[in-house]
Amino acid sequence: MVRAEGLTFYYERLDEEGNVESKKRAVDHVDLHIRPGKFIAILGHNGSGKSTLAKHINAILTPAEGTLWVDGMDTKEEEKLWDIRQDAGMVFQNPDNQIIGTVVEEDVGFGPENLGVPTDEIWKRVEESLDAVGMLKYRHHSPNKLSGGQKQRVAIAGVMAMHPRCIVLDEPTAMLDPNGRKSVIQTAQRLNREEGITIILITHYMEEVVEADHVFVMDEGRVVMEGSPRQVFSQVEELKKLRLDVPQATLLAFELQKRGVRLPDGILRNEELVDELCRLKSKM
Amino acid sequence: MSIKVKNVNYTYAEGTAYEIHALKDINLEIPDGQFIGLIGHTGSGKSTLVQHLNGLVKATSGRIYFNERDIYGENFSMKELRSKVGLVFQYPEHQLFEVDVLSDVCFGPRNLGCSQAEAEKKAREALHMVGLGAEYEKRSPFELSGGQKRRVAIAGVLAMEPQVLILDEPTAGLDPKGRDEILDQIESLQKERGITVVLVSHSMEDVARYVDRIIVMDHGEVRFDGTPKEVFRHYKELEKMGLAAPQMTYLMQGLREKGADVDADATTIEEAADAVEHWLKSK
Ligand SMILES: Nc1ncnc2c1ncn2[C@@H]1O[C@H](COP(=O)(O)OP(=O)(O)OP(=O)(O)O)[C@@H](O)[C@H]1O
Ligand SMILES: Nc1ncnc2c1ncn2[C@@H]1O[C@H](COP(=O)(O)OP(=O)(O)OP(=O)(O)O)[C@@H](O)[C@H]1O
Ligand SMILES: [Mg+2]
Ligand SMILES: [Mg+2]
Repeated sequence: MVRAEGLTFYYERLDEEGNVESKKRAVDHVDLHIRPGKFIAILGHNGSGKSTLAKHINAILTPAEGTLWVDGMDTKEEEKLWDIRQDAGMVFQNPDNQIIGTVVEEDVGFGPENLGVPTDEIWKRVEESLDAVGMLKYRHHSPNKLSGGQKQRVAIAGVMAMHPRCIVLDEPTAMLDPNGRKSVIQTAQRLNREEGITIILITHYMEEVVEADHVFVMDEGRVVMEGSPRQVFSQVEELKKLRLDVPQATLLAFELQKRGVRLPDGILRNEELVDELCRLKSKM
Repeated sequence: MSIKVKNVNYTYAEGTAYEIHALKDINLEIPDGQFIGLIGHTGSGKSTLVQHLNGLVKATSGRIYFNERDIYGENFSMKELRSKVGLVFQYPEHQLFEVDVLSDVCFGPRNLGCSQAEAEKKAREALHMVGLGAEYEKRSPFELSGGQKRRVAIAGVLAMEPQVLILDEPTAGLDPKGRDEILDQIESLQKERGITVVLVSHSMEDVARYVDRIIVMDHGEVRFDGTPKEVFRHYKELEKMGLAAPQMTYLMQGLREKGADVDADATTIEEAADAVEHWLKSK
């Protein structure tokens, strides 16, 4: 679905004459391969290059060196731009900056309308996408009266209505309350499971990563660690050095291990830790 | 010295069809030196309330007293209030406007009458506190990553050395280490300089770990007000309001459901580890 080889990107600052004054490398020789239908998470400290990488996937940015393919299309080929944007949709952090329509269904219809989709088809897609994110009953509402979580779900529906094969979510839950966070993550998981849409989730909440198929960890523009959540989160000390964290259950297990409690590595969920602890106790 | 909020109501777009009664008869007392967590579902009125505390938004009805003086009274200086009650906005973009990071952070102290040299000294201290080194000083605040912008916005308020520091979701978008570093810094300011801190947050874990007192807002009203342990005991009610308890509360509940006699009040990793260790060692 998404493949990068040697992907490198610089932010350039120009002086008054238009010469490059300074150059900042934000993504540094990234190779990655994301198969269709997977749920992928990307972690990394502030400024590690996650958003810059994400913006390459729907061709907002194009590589300075190396190549990125979306569905086999090289993002540097300008004539493919609209196909790429339709294939890979993007949802950002702040729900208020993404919603343009004055009515929910109108907002969701903007994307397909821009793609030149016929009107009947637009309405069908609007209905389907709002239904998929659980927001159909709000179709006639004004978006600015919705909660943050609801706005983010409308933003996701807007992307879905373009029938993408892949959705990139860049910190979609950073501004949401616990319920809103849950509803957005569950929506992404359902789209992945039921519609086979590839999901690429960027987040600073380790709990949201537990159910992913594969995790990439970035540092200074490079991918420095990857694997299943269990593999990645077993490396508590290394992650801490990369300014990251592990899920709370993993952290408690780690703390208990330090105190001499004999627990296995790689515990991710509360239920697993509860079971392990009860087993230990019963053997005492 | 304190902030007192008395019978405050606030309505957006009063008298129009879009009227929203965002705050309903709020009564609160915030004594000096407390570390307070303000939580509530999206749209519950948290941002509206904190903007009242530094006078940015004026109550539709009710009174607010800062150190016993009515902030809506005739001789009260709003400028002075804003220098003493610093607010870090929820969306950092709303707070950044200068050409480079250093000028942006200098803006507050300059505005309070500091000389350029003094302002720069305070700005550098504040940037250091939020983990931004000298290499960021000349960068444009608009050409930073999300988390870096957030840090600049926080530094801008710290540089004014407020007596009351209000942070509206300061850690949204920060990496985990950055989140801990900034909250640790704020905690030490509160402990060492005795400043009052109001932290608006959607992270129950952060709130459980740092604050002395939690205020819970629900549809414009204050629903609970107490210590973290007291408030999180109501986790079933909190869930109905769109909130949750810290992960550790759920873990303790999970153990209890399996018949384990552990302390159900543990909300932080440390407390949970103590409780589990104690239980494992018990007969
Ligand atoms: N518009 C820009 N101009 C110049 N430099 C930029 C710009 N946007 C980002 N950068 C720099 O590029 C690097 C990577 O930024 P990016 O936004 O990709 O990080 P990120 O991993 O998404 O961080 P965060 O977790 O804070 O969102 C950072 O050092 C940042 O300062
Ligand atoms: N400028 C505005 N005009 C009209 N209504 C507003 C405005 N700002 C907020 N509101 C409404 O007032 C209510 C309280 O909003 P507020 O922003 O205080 O909530 P909040 O608790 O800070 O939410 P969040 O967690 O999403 O930041 C909501 O119903 C909101 O839609
Ligand atoms: Mg980013
Ligand atoms: Mg708010």
